[in-house]
Amino acid sequence: MYMTEKHELFRKLVKKFAETELTPEILDEVEATNHFPRELIAKYAQCGFTGVKIPKKYGGAGWDTRAYVIMNEEIACVSAVSAIYANTPNSLGGGPLLAAGTDEQLEKYLPPLARGEKIIAFSLTEPGAGSDAGQVQTTAEKDGDYYILNGRKCFVTHGPECDYAIIFAKTDSSKRGSKGISTFILDMTLEGVSRGLPEKKMGLIGAPTGDIIMKNVRVHKSDLLGEENKGFSNAMKTLVGGRIGTAGHCIGVARAALEESIKYSKEREQFGRPIKDFQAISFMIAEMATKLEAARLLTYKAAYLLDTGKDASSAAAMAKFYASETCNEICAKAIQIHGGYGFIRDYKVERLYRDCRVFTIFEGTSQVQQMVISGSLLR
Amino acid sequence: MKILVLAKRVLDTANTNLKMDPIRGTLIKEGVPSILNPDDANALEAALAIKDEDPETTITILTMGAPAAKYMIRECLAMGADEAYFLTDDAFGGADTYSTSATLAYAAKKIGDFDLILAGRQSIVGDTAQVGPQVAQRLGLPLVTYAQNIKIKDGKALVERQLEDGYEVIEAPLPCLITAVGELNTPRYMTAGGILAAYEKEIITWGCSEIEIDAGICGLVGSPTRVVRSFAPELKGSGEMLEGSPQAMAETLISKLHEKHVI
Repeated sequence: MYMTEKHELFRKLVKKFAETELTPEILDEVEATNHFPRELIAKYAQCGFTGVKIPKKYGGAGWDTRAYVIMNEEIACVSAVSAIYANTPNSLGGGPLLAAGTDEQLEKYLPPLARGEKIIAFSLTEPGAGSDAGQVQTTAEKDGDYYILNGRKCFVTHGPECDYAIIFAKTDSSKRGSKGISTFILDMTLEGVSRGLPEKKMGLIGAPTGDIIMKNVRVHKSDLLGEENKGFSNAMKTLVGGRIGTAGHCIGVARAALEESIKYSKEREQFGRPIKDFQAISFMIAEMATKLEAARLLTYKAAYLLDTGKDASSAAAMAKFYASETCNEICAKAIQIHGGYGFIRDYKVERLYRDCRVFTIFEGTSQVQQMVISGSLLR
Repeated sequence: MKILVLAKRVLDTANTNLKMDPIRGTLIKEGVPSILNPDDANALEAALAIKDEDPETTITILTMGAPAAKYMIRECLAMGADEAYFLTDDAFGGADTYSTSATLAYAAKKIGDFDLILAGRQSIVGDTAQVGPQVAQRLGLPLVTYAQNIKIKDGKALVERQLEDGYEVIEAPLPCLITAVGELNTPRYMTAGGILAAYEKEIITWGCSEIEIDAGICGLVGSPTRVVRSFAPELKGSGEMLEGSPQAMAETLISKLHEKHVI
């Protein structure tokens, strides 16, 4: 309904790529080493994934949000962590640049992201500023042509490995909450920048997450992104697209859980027949499929709204909220259908269950999405 | 260099459990995905590899088929082909290899001169391996089949031609027609940007009148082949799987062969 033939051909490409390149052996290695092979990022770039939403003039493919959703969905259906590496340059990394960057900034930073040569991170969260993102304590004090950054960001996806980070810092401490925040592009090689050790995570292992610490880091004013003190609205603009992308991520993982459950319920026999013949199992599968379809339609609709220039903030929050909660439900049911085997690492659903848990937390918790949705209704 | 690639849309018989309608004796096509014929994808990849070396190369796709084949043509363009001609007409329906090659040859002549024509060895639905050679015959071109390696140099094609137990090297002058096997290469993926560009290109669609072919020599009417009967072979009973160590399984196997007086 929301996709064109062109989108479906793009889906065919991503699906074939993911099924061919992301082999179980490679994915086991990614999980074992907490490292995503750079050769795979190069292959993503060759197919245009790392720049799918980046405009052609900056080396991207110039696609839309729906294609970006399809990419996340199809890669995540094979491997949730692998989708992050295609996703980030287009959303949390490239998003703030596209939303507020000058021509010079876009020309400097976007082409290497589209070519898969550089990794960028989005750094908003701090130890004391999670859902209440306006409480950032990182400061940026003006000093001639430079800003002096001090502070600590945490739970930064790609933090331990990124080349650049989008940093949100307080430039006007006299202003409260989300006001007085500015956005910077931080070159991770600058003096005073350090990284924390990769966190030991439950899921999405292979995309290291960690702290970025800034101590008297001098960032040139040419790396101020957007207007001074208007950084929070930049973050919010990025999050709309990012939420839709995460919803795409969720429906990919949920689909994998459903497909694995269907396959297993046909193979596994108990009491003399395949377990699919028991209503307890078949009704679970019916519920999983129905909720997945609802999540998919919400996600595609949100992407369609954004692509057609409509206000998508509430639709994006609904898609992210429902798709992430549903993905968790579907993965939990997939484990239940697999019984003891679902608890064993040899089975794909075990990883899906661990990977999906963060979906209701990152890119805005379910509760934050509910605040956005209810806020739009109860003005 | 100008290259023409013959590409066919086929049912994905390799990855789908095909069923036959037992009464009509025809394949049940509903729900079966269609794809670019795998050997044709190798032919296209060979053309793209030549273009990688010589960016002045132009690659033209020529396809005959039902309207749905247009999607597959977009895929060829998204992989990197420059232009495409699509032959679709009710009169082309039901063609065997003889009338297919006639239609393709008429169209190839109409499009213009080429330095090289590449085709897949055979389609996965027909397995005849006749269309490529017949097109070469009709166009009066040298033919090399079963290419597992192709090098173009000084107006000649140097081709490793696959044999059952090795290969032979054949030199052919250009223009010529070469048919590709799976071992020739690994077809590249489409690209995200390539897909967008593919939809900006016009696929030139021709019927009987455009290629100036007599309707009597194409399609079912022009096909001397008559299918007497189509059937799905009856499934035999499942085999017996042996279990245990290799030695134990070998012992069981020997005793069973003795039991059946095979040895």
